[in-house]
Amino acid sequence: MAATAPGELDRPRMAAAAPRATSLQRQVRWSERLAEGAIKAVALLSILSVLLILVFVGKEALPVLTSEEVHREVTTRAMFAPHAGSGFIWQPVSEDPKYNVLPLFAGTLKVTIISLLLAVPLSVLAALYVSEFAGKRAREVIKPVIELLAGVPSVVVGFFALVILSTWIQQVFGTPHRLNALVAGCGLAFAVCPIVFSVSEDSLRAVPNSYRVAALALGATRSQALLRVIVPAALPGIAAAAVLGFGRAIGETMIVLLASGNAALLDWSWGRSTRTITATIAQELGEVVVGSAHYHVLFALGALLFLSTLAVNLVGERIVRHMRASLRGSS
Amino acid sequence: MTPTSRVLPDLQVRSHLADRALRGLSLAATAVIILMLAIVVLDVIRGGASVVSWEFISAAPRKGMTEGGIFPAIVGTVFLTLLMTVGAVPAGVATAVYLTEYASSRSVVARLVRVCIANLAGIPSIVFGLFGLGFFVATVGKGIDRLAFGGRVTYAQPCLVWASLTLAVLTLPVVVVSTEEALRAVPREIRDASLALGATQFQTIVRVVLPEAAGGILTGGILAVSRGAGEVAPIMFTGAAYFLRDLPTHLNDPFMNLGYHVYVLATQSPDVDRTKPLLYGTVLVLLLLTFLLNLAAITARARARRRAAGHG
Repeated sequence: MAATAPGELDRPRMAAAAPRATSLQRQVRWSERLAEGAIKAVALLSILSVLLILVFVGKEALPVLTSEEVHREVTTRAMFAPHAGSGFIWQPVSEDPKYNVLPLFAGTLKVTIISLLLAVPLSVLAALYVSEFAGKRAREVIKPVIELLAGVPSVVVGFFALVILSTWIQQVFGTPHRLNALVAGCGLAFAVCPIVFSVSEDSLRAVPNSYRVAALALGATRSQALLRVIVPAALPGIAAAAVLGFGRAIGETMIVLLASGNAALLDWSWGRSTRTITATIAQELGEVVVGSAHYHVLFALGALLFLSTLAVNLVGERIVRHMRASLRGSS
Repeated sequence: MTPTSRVLPDLQVRSHLADRALRGLSLAATAVIILMLAIVVLDVIRGGASVVSWEFISAAPRKGMTEGGIFPAIVGTVFLTLLMTVGAVPAGVATAVYLTEYASSRSVVARLVRVCIANLAGIPSIVFGLFGLGFFVATVGKGIDRLAFGGRVTYAQPCLVWASLTLAVLTLPVVVVSTEEALRAVPREIRDASLALGATQFQTIVRVVLPEAAGGILTGGILAVSRGAGEVAPIMFTGAAYFLRDLPTHLNDPFMNLGYHVYVLATQSPDVDRTKPLLYGTVLVLLLLTFLLNLAAITARARARRRAAGHG
């Protein structure tokens, strides 16, 4: 466990330098190894956490695929195919429980797309301003403010969307429901902006200065240099920002729980009430019988959410790393 | 510039316009984002300022939560985040120490740890709630009850300790990222000097490197507390309660929480108009708490960065 990792050798070590270890040195070496081992063990906790999340959410989700008992109430087919007579319905608490998940998927997508349409252009432009136009002082104000924005608890944003934003939006657009996909999407944009901003800003900054200088030296104007050289070079990072923003949006719970109205309707209307996967789990898990079909279906939705954000984040991280490496290589 | 403008004055004027348009557009986008924050903050202050008083902070809710204060929710939030810190900060600091001080750059384990930390930060908070319920409450809690309490339900229920640990896992990446940045800013020479004086590596880390990085570690801790204080989804099923007559005194007590209180008041109230002032008051307290913590963290980090720059 201790001293065999490559690269260890170049680190100065007192014990290694001594020709013959005295008992004090042996003691020191022993306690050093113990400390290193303990620290490494704690570091492994993060790996363990991810595994435990996978295992324990997965364990409660799996009966949806395998358990006869669950299948007596809901089959995998019934979760996606329309219910005879009533169509696509999510209504787990009733005489004849219906578990069609498509309205929830549609709700999640609808709200996420609205939030990205709002947040991505705003945040990327803001990142462009901060990295390319703003002076040092403006930057020192704007960046902490956006960090503060990221620090606003999502329940506070949800509350604001519920109480204030929904009224404004209804007055302006005359939406059929006061709480709807648009309100939730706007609220969600609030939570998505900081991450899209910071990842895009990082990637714009990662573009070597030589690109700017070269473009300007060739006679390009500032906007030409930006739009034809800098932004294209940073484009993978900006794409990654959008991908990570997507991951943040599909996983956000409190904002959509408070602001979306929570009616599981399968449609593409942005003015009507909608229900997301996260809000469904949050609203229903508290009252569900542990071990029932409903319980397992909710965990299955959670597992799906977990796997999709995992995939989205891995893709996002990979793009960022790839871009960094290629920019380093060319600068 | 001059030759171009002589040949193509027209194009240049247009290009300058484009420069200015792009600058204006991006500035406007920045302003919109800042304005969003300002509107929310101002609205919460407007609605909450007249409600928040000493009584509001120090009294318990009364009459089905339509009167009184939010004292139990504040206490619950403080206990929750303190316990969370006890879990997250040592683990986060140790992880960062491993990554920067022990692991070699080619270590597969270190890379895996990094990937897991990054992914942990991206997992939706509601999934942490599911995990806390499935793992801490239903598995660890049940195990403790079976071993120590003869199967009597003591820890196999949503309570303070499980909610805290769930949040500790959620905030671990915050601590790790902050601490790692701070450790990387400690100059190599300081480590070398300590080692050259005969200190062991562990002594160097504990007595030289960590004190140098204290500012960054503090930043991480504060950010984690601020994040934990605002999270609701992970604690909904792992310990937060609607209303409790008593403050939590044991690790296995349920607790009230500011964020959860906001959710409860906003959605479950029998009389919306009468609870609205209380709702605004609670939101204001929660927002102030997280803002002050965030400002403290941003200031501490700025100071730590200046200090690090001074070293170089």
